[in-house]
Amino acid sequence: MSVTDTIESIVAAPSAKADFDVERVREDFPVLSQSVNGKPLVYLDNAASAQVPRIVIERGAKYLREEHSNIHRGVHYLSQKATTAYEGAREKVRRFINAREARECIFVRGCTEGINLVASAYGRKFVGEGDEIVVSEMEHHSNIVPWQMLCEEKGARLRVIPMNDAGELLLDEFDALLNERTKMVAVGHISNSLGTVNSIKEIAVRAHKFGVPVLVDGAQGAPHLKIDVQDLDCDFYVISGHKMFAPTGSGVVYGRAELLESMNPYHGGGSMIRTVTFEKSTYAAIPEKFEAGTPAIASQIGLGAAIDYLNGLDREQALLHEEALLAYATENLSAIEGVRIIGTARDKASVLAFVIEDVHPHDVGTILDREGIAIRAGHHCAQPVMQHFKVPATARASFAFYNTKDEVDRLAAAVEKVIEVFS
Amino acid sequence: MSELSELYQQVILDHNKKPRNFHELEEANRVAEGFNPLCGDQLKVYLRVEDGSVREVTFVGSGCAISKASASMMTQSLKGKNREEALVLFDEFHRMVIGELDIEAEPNHLGRLKIFNGVRDYPARVKCASLAWHTMRAALEGEQSVTTENLGPAISASQAAEMADQ
Repeated sequence: MSVTDTIESIVAAPSAKADFDVERVREDFPVLSQSVNGKPLVYLDNAASAQVPRIVIERGAKYLREEHSNIHRGVHYLSQKATTAYEGAREKVRRFINAREARECIFVRGCTEGINLVASAYGRKFVGEGDEIVVSEMEHHSNIVPWQMLCEEKGARLRVIPMNDAGELLLDEFDALLNERTKMVAVGHISNSLGTVNSIKEIAVRAHKFGVPVLVDGAQGAPHLKIDVQDLDCDFYVISGHKMFAPTGSGVVYGRAELLESMNPYHGGGSMIRTVTFEKSTYAAIPEKFEAGTPAIASQIGLGAAIDYLNGLDREQALLHEEALLAYATENLSAIEGVRIIGTARDKASVLAFVIEDVHPHDVGTILDREGIAIRAGHHCAQPVMQHFKVPATARASFAFYNTKDEVDRLAAAVEKVIEVFS
Repeated sequence: MSELSELYQQVILDHNKKPRNFHELEEANRVAEGFNPLCGDQLKVYLRVEDGSVREVTFVGSGCAISKASASMMTQSLKGKNREEALVLFDEFHRMVIGELDIEAEPNHLGRLKIFNGVRDYPARVKCASLAWHTMRAALEGEQSVTTENLGPAISASQAAEMADQ
């Protein structure tokens, strides 16, 4: 389904929400039932890291208790068991993002490592002096700095798709950036600092006209949207497990097989080789070519379990619920005098960034914490976004499907309290 | 855990709203910049040091209430201090906010600065309170900039030890 046009329809028809039983879903997340500073925890820092449901915790624990061994190496029982679970998780990922083949899904520690992998393995091979890489103004630092490092090394140039003051990319300007020197377009699916949902399909169509591959930073996309890499027609899609209810240390680089095959290896070491002599080594086929060393087996199996969990939800209803929360929170915070919302794109998901007049976001974060509310305060690893909006930092509430309307009410009340303390 | 009002005391809120000595200092002979890259806070501390004593001290920059109030009160308490006295104050302030100086038990020169004692209960805010002080020390020592990333780990050694003992 599309995220567009949902907010108004939900506000107009509140009964749509009733189909999603948020209280039952909350019971699946043990961490949510605790108190913080004497108050029930309100966890609104999902864009930084999402919480983990019981079945993911139990799957990881079962692996460590009963199945742990190194993978792809032993002929013994446990190694086989671990390998099966690990490769099973890869197949779950394939289905989750609708990749053509499981070997197109490389396991990495998270988005940061994933983008570094592509910047290094694709960039070292295909980017040269005078070439250009296109990113957007709203990128997370992890989708800027790896490309910047590549450009420095190669004498290439980083170009930036600008955005308007609502936080929407200017696609006409994007067209003007594309040329025969462009070697990669790297953009986020959903902005972690603004909540903007970018139209990846549109970006891919325009980039492909010039034969330029498109990498999508899916850190915020995968937890919220239904991902179909074939439908998006992107060339790389990068995922962080811990942002989609899996343990830290799990993640995926999806890449089109022919691209992955044509790229240099990334890390050298065990598992990624075919033959090794002191004169020369030859490399394994994908995905092993990019998975040197013993991976985070328990975490990646946990990612598989998180996908099982998401598949067990009605994801359309979950998304509608999130959209309704975002709309409700936007309405409530906007109504408070002195609050300014940063990021007002027409197509938004999950993230509500704001500033309060004459109050620094860090002070907002500390006072909300005393109320048991977890938000993020700072530049959200997106300093160019802060520069665009001329703020040193923002406060950011970010939602998951397990958040509730009551929690939004507590957020709004706590924001009122901040204003009272500083008045 | 302390009450919120212990961190955001009226005096701190007042200094945040109306920071003292909050301007550039043309006659400064020592200047340093301080950055907290984690939150984007930055400030500049200006010193005029004569005959080994701080004659004037001012600051400019942006940051949260804790960092602004800390800088503001620091400028007030440093005026007239000689280099050694300033460094003793730095040390005492720093140890207070990381929880390694008990202001009731250990004799000290902190005076009104004791108002920042509540910061010890907010480890995430220690660098906010100490940024101005680190920057002042850098200026005094003739360094041009300081960044909180180089000021040690996010929790103090005593907090880490407490955790490791559990």
